[in-house]
Amino acid sequence: MMPFSLFQLLNGLTFAALLFIVASGFTLIFGLMRIVNLAHGAFYLLGGYIAYVSATWADSFVIGILVAVVCIALLGWFEQMILKLVKGVELHQVLLSLGLALMINDSSLVIFGGDTFSIPIPEFLKGPMPLLGMFYPKYRLFVLLCGIVVFIFLWLLINRTKLGALIRAGVDDSETIEALGIDIKKIFVFTFMLGMALAGVAGALGGAFLSLYPTADSEILVYSLAIVIIGGRGSLPGAAIGSLAVAMLATFGQVLFPELSYFVIFGPMALLLAFRPTGLFGRA
Amino acid sequence: MSGIPKIAISSVILFLLAIMPTVLNNYQMSLMTLILVYALLAMSVDILAGYAGRTPLCHGALFGCGAYSVMYFVTVSAGSPWIGSLVALGVVLLVSLVFALLAVRTSGVYFLLLTLALGMIVWGVCQRWTSVSGGENGLRGSIRPTWLIDPVNFYYFVLLLASVMSAVMYKFVSSPFGLTLKGIRESESRMQSLGYNTTLHLTIGFCFSGLMAGMAGVLYAFLNSFVSPTTVSLSQSVKGLLMAIIGGIGTLFGGIVGAALIIVLENLVSSVTERWSMVLGGIFVLTMIFVPSGLLGKLNSVMHKDLDDKSH
Repeated sequence: MMPFSLFQLLNGLTFAALLFIVASGFTLIFGLMRIVNLAHGAFYLLGGYIAYVSATWADSFVIGILVAVVCIALLGWFEQMILKLVKGVELHQVLLSLGLALMINDSSLVIFGGDTFSIPIPEFLKGPMPLLGMFYPKYRLFVLLCGIVVFIFLWLLINRTKLGALIRAGVDDSETIEALGIDIKKIFVFTFMLGMALAGVAGALGGAFLSLYPTADSEILVYSLAIVIIGGRGSLPGAAIGSLAVAMLATFGQVLFPELSYFVIFGPMALLLAFRPTGLFGRA
Repeated sequence: MSGIPKIAISSVILFLLAIMPTVLNNYQMSLMTLILVYALLAMSVDILAGYAGRTPLCHGALFGCGAYSVMYFVTVSAGSPWIGSLVALGVVLLVSLVFALLAVRTSGVYFLLLTLALGMIVWGVCQRWTSVSGGENGLRGSIRPTWLIDPVNFYYFVLLLASVMSAVMYKFVSSPFGLTLKGIRESESRMQSLGYNTTLHLTIGFCFSGLMAGMAGVLYAFLNSFVSPTTVSLSQSVKGLLMAIIGGIGTLFGGIVGAALIIVLENLVSSVTERWSMVLGGIFVLTMIFVPSGLLGKLNSVMHKDLDDKSH
């Protein structure tokens, strides 16, 4: 098969959609609260496991996603309570979240074991469908659709609602917002839980086509980091472009150099950093 | 520690370490050797984290690069362990240089993230490049020269190297060059306006620190006769950083205390349960909440309270 076929392009696009859902939550939290939540990957994986268990139990994919979202958002609330203990020192918060990531991963390993799981998807999303003269898995197109919906939802939320205006203002100057009598802390908590919920959604969606296994969290975390480094902190368009870049490189890299595919995402990161250390849309 | 000369303390510690083989059994000897190896790693992390003010999360990967390279050279290419060690150090230096060129322009959280991502790439390559790294199975084989197979000889060998390297690192951080790193930590822009090429200084500091981590990795391969992706994983970097933090960031020799604490604890915990990773995470969380300046740092600040107040 030709490596640069339409098929691979679609694989890249659908993977980008999934990565965008994970990374948008990561970048939102990073942008607004200056918290780099290194437990994001661990929550993605845990979300996937929770979705797997509940989807199998209730025999419903939708319930799986919903349960994962609610559980991960609640855990997110819990995590930001812990992170408050080291408030103000960015570096300590990052390292604390890293400690939490190790704990969550190990707990996941205890509960779910080292086996690989795949979340069962509903009948109408199974199998291929004709598209542009070939057959393409329906489910991956569904994920692409989800990615686009999440992008539009977040874009409208940030740019077209009062809450979004508050979030944007909070990114620029949280002290002034607070002086204006707005409870910025509530907005912080909301954003954190929203970001975590996105990790949960991504875990549920990704668990069905990337499958769930103990090191999946690290892989997703590296992708998210690369995306945020490329796109810049707190930027939605940055996250979208970063996701596309990383996913395309990972997909084509896998075809061209299967053993070194991980290495390939390194290229654009290196190039970009040489010119813009804060990323495409980042601000210092 | 101002009353007693540092040289006296170091001699006493060295003497105690030197008589260890007379009281410990073989297993405990290998544990002591492991502590020395990790002490090197923790100190190498501290050069960047404590002196240059750049907290790295890639030193586990550099450590692993050293370990993998020497293992590959000796077990697969059937080369001599000494040449293998030199080759491994060369590889580590090269990787460090690439990492440094990419990372030193950033600082704070960005530096941490970038080094984390770079380190994870090494992990990913070790995991997937099965034809070279052996994939999940790793590389196995005893690579010690015959006269180092005896655990006591090997312990002395590592002790000698670790002492020399600690002295070199101490010289490095207290040299005029090391002071420029401290200057960059306090204010990079001021150092720049004083005419220092801060990027170059940080790059050199990064490469030196990486080389030390790589040397620890080579010794680890000698000791362990086995490397796998776990050796280069994030938790290795976390471990090194945690040792440096517990020992006290910016104290250099604190890394030895941190390494001893963590390795002993790891052994105790591992004999009871398989949940070491959870305990490691827990210790990290508790350290960040309660003693972010580390044990030696805490001790120092209690002892020199007024001095500390002035410096902040």
